[in-house]
Amino acid sequence: MLKQMEGSQAVAEAVALCRPEVICAYPISPQTHIVEHCGELVREGKVGTCEYMNVESEFAALSACIGSSACGARTYTATASQGLLFMAEAVYNASGLGLPIVMTVANRAIGAPINIWNDHTDSMSMRDAGWIQIFAETNQEALDLHIQAFKIAERLSQPVMVCMDGFILTHAYERVEMPSQEQVDAFLPPFEPQQVLDPANPYSIGAMVGPEAFTEVRYLAHDKQMQALNVIPEIAAEFQEIFGRDSGGLLRKYQTEDADTIIVTLGSVAGTVKDTVDEMREAGKKIGVVTIGSFRPFPTAELRKVLASAKEVVVLEKSFAVGFGGVVANNVMMALQGTRTHVNTVVAGLGGRPITMPSLHKLFDRALAGKLEPVEFLDLQWDIVNAELERQRAQIASGPTAESILKNIQVDTAHGGAAGHAAE
Amino acid sequence: MNEIPKLRTADDIPADQKVKFYQKGTFTVGNRLVDADERNVQSSMNRSNAITSGHRACQGCGEALGARYALDTAMRMTGGDMIAANATGCLEVFTTPYPETSWQMPWMHSLFGNAPAVASGMQAAMKAKGRNTRVIAQGGDGGTVDIGFGCLSGMFERNDDVLYICYDNEAYMNTGVQRSGATPGGARTATTMPAGEAYPGNVFGTGKNLPKIAMAHNIPYVATASVAYLQDLEAKVEKAMSFKGARYIHVYVPCPLGWGCASNSTINLARLVVETGMFPLFEAEHGQVTATRPIRSRVPIEQYLKPQRRFAHLFKTDAGAEAIKKLQAMCDYNIAEYDLLRPEEETV
Ligand SMILES: Cc1ncc(C[n+]2csc(CCOP(=O)(O)OP(=O)(O)O)c2C)c(N)n1
Ligand code: SF4
Repeated sequence: MLKQMEGSQAVAEAVALCRPEVICAYPISPQTHIVEHCGELVREGKVGTCEYMNVESEFAALSACIGSSACGARTYTATASQGLLFMAEAVYNASGLGLPIVMTVANRAIGAPINIWNDHTDSMSMRDAGWIQIFAETNQEALDLHIQAFKIAERLSQPVMVCMDGFILTHAYERVEMPSQEQVDAFLPPFEPQQVLDPANPYSIGAMVGPEAFTEVRYLAHDKQMQALNVIPEIAAEFQEIFGRDSGGLLRKYQTEDADTIIVTLGSVAGTVKDTVDEMREAGKKIGVVTIGSFRPFPTAELRKVLASAKEVVVLEKSFAVGFGGVVANNVMMALQGTRTHVNTVVAGLGGRPITMPSLHKLFDRALAGKLEPVEFLDLQWDIVNAELERQRAQIASGPTAESILKNIQVDTAHGGAAGHAAE
Repeated sequence: MNEIPKLRTADDIPADQKVKFYQKGTFTVGNRLVDADERNVQSSMNRSNAITSGHRACQGCGEALGARYALDTAMRMTGGDMIAANATGCLEVFTTPYPETSWQMPWMHSLFGNAPAVASGMQAAMKAKGRNTRVIAQGGDGGTVDIGFGCLSGMFERNDDVLYICYDNEAYMNTGVQRSGATPGGARTATTMPAGEAYPGNVFGTGKNLPKIAMAHNIPYVATASVAYLQDLEAKVEKAMSFKGARYIHVYVPCPLGWGCASNSTINLARLVVETGMFPLFEAEHGQVTATRPIRSRVPIEQYLKPQRRFAHLFKTDAGAEAIKKLQAMCDYNIAEYDLLRPEEETV
């Protein structure tokens, strides 16, 4: 049934259709609407015998999920940004223990400076934590991916993080096709845990492992991710069969066949990128797009297949490896090792900065002309940066950086897009 | 009481053990050696066995003893239908190097600071599944009063159906005897070395009395126990298991390695700490004290401090003497607060 609803609401309803037995989360913008709506659905009795737990921190939230998942309960949580970092120790633990928890990350920047708006720094900080990480491009895909996520998680006994852009998707009202309970039931079988704490068959979980087996245990976690390279497309295909929609998978190609220049990106910005590419195609420019659906496991071989024939690859990413460059770009370079394809990093959209079509046009034109620096920052305002650097050079006690910049650029706090009162 | 599956046979029990009877008037220790009709539940060959022998605790480890008695009791009370979450720490490490796990029950270790939250999640899962499986969480004093404190308070406040047991050996033992929020003033640890006259070991702060903090949450049941009084510990676990909701037992467990005391002094110290008034034994329901254990023969604090190397420096300097006075004052305070010197028949 087509319904007009907020992205968060769509995700909450999708999660409810998956019949979770325990939902435990801690509020943080821009995830709040998801967990609030989950709470409503549970209260209204629409999620069967689901326990909805309110806890005192994200660390406790994911820890409770670890406990419930180990008891064989289908378990869901959601967080963002600081919350994901606050649960970091448990993030590694959940995957190390092989517990198929599903978690939404409503992508948001990480402070300081504190910022509630969208980028991918939060998810990327956990890229090596052993979770499967899939990124949604639209609200429909976010909804679909949650249904797929439980199946992927439970088939592999590994946790899955569904990443969706904060505000841009979570707070956007769009028409989505909401599946029926019968469809979801047909797609997602009841949870049969690989391991479970059961008095009838007692065993220990979480024992200490020394050098004699640690590498093997960790390798097997890697092997699970390698299996996921097959499982994710398989499950996307099963999904399509039942729901009639092509959603999910490892990556998506758009106009890549004959492209000299290919933009690689992930998340909701793919829409703007494709619109820009459409316009450039009309002007006869050979440019295409690859959207990464699964960032972990990273689809190295598939990417290589698509990208190796291009001259220039531009990785447009909302994350930033400070002191190095691009997080996603680094992975793409690995995929293109030994080829002649040139990989450029463009860091864009940090802390909610809009990524606009005019900026993309200029960027892509320079890419076609082979004129990009190895690492670029889209719409970086050099005058602000240079003024601040100068000030810091002139004065040792120059004061806090962020506040100085804000003072100097005189943000209008009453009307500024990213200013004013923001719920944190 | 539910039937417990037979776990060991008489043939498995070493017959010829030299056992010292420390407990007055009970047959708790070694009671398989007394006449059949005098044996109590401990000697039953069908008795529950949550932690089996062969684990790697130090000789005389109070934590191993406390955990075994506490969990065996819970196992008896639940007919074995229970699971446990364990914080990182000595108990976790000495019981699990796989495949030599000591746990004869479903058991999980996740992290140092999250055992109460893991347990909360477990009980939520059991509720969702409509099962009666009971949940126990346990950790050392560090995992409980320090790093796991937030999770524990949350578990209390929600009144989640979990029995949390803290084994208090008054420091981070697993990492080599560093100070915790439960380390007493004056005690020497690897991070609170006595530095000259002015600074006798650990600072005398305000302390962190977790049983009282637990009571302040008004949870159904709170108790303190000491491994010198194992039947008392068992009775308290039994009582705890008869309640639903959040319950907390704080068990005093000497650590010969960390305290620098003889491994055969565990029970003695665990009694002295009670008889000095340093560690009052009590029970509380819904925030109100319902029972205390009076002191039988009061002893001065020096008698408790002397056998422990962690306090040795206190006997060498004036600053140390001051510290001992402060510790004695704490005992006096506790004795007055809980009226511990009343005649024994008044025991509630
Ligand atoms: C987040 C984190 N910080 C520190 C540690 C190291 N660590 C492991 S056990 C432990 C101390 C345990 O002390 P306690 O809880 O008192 O238990 P005990 O070993 O004394 O029984 C510490 C500091 C850890 N595992 N995790
Ligand atoms: S260090 Fe202490 S608590 Fe740890 S096993 Fe040894 S005696 Fe027990």
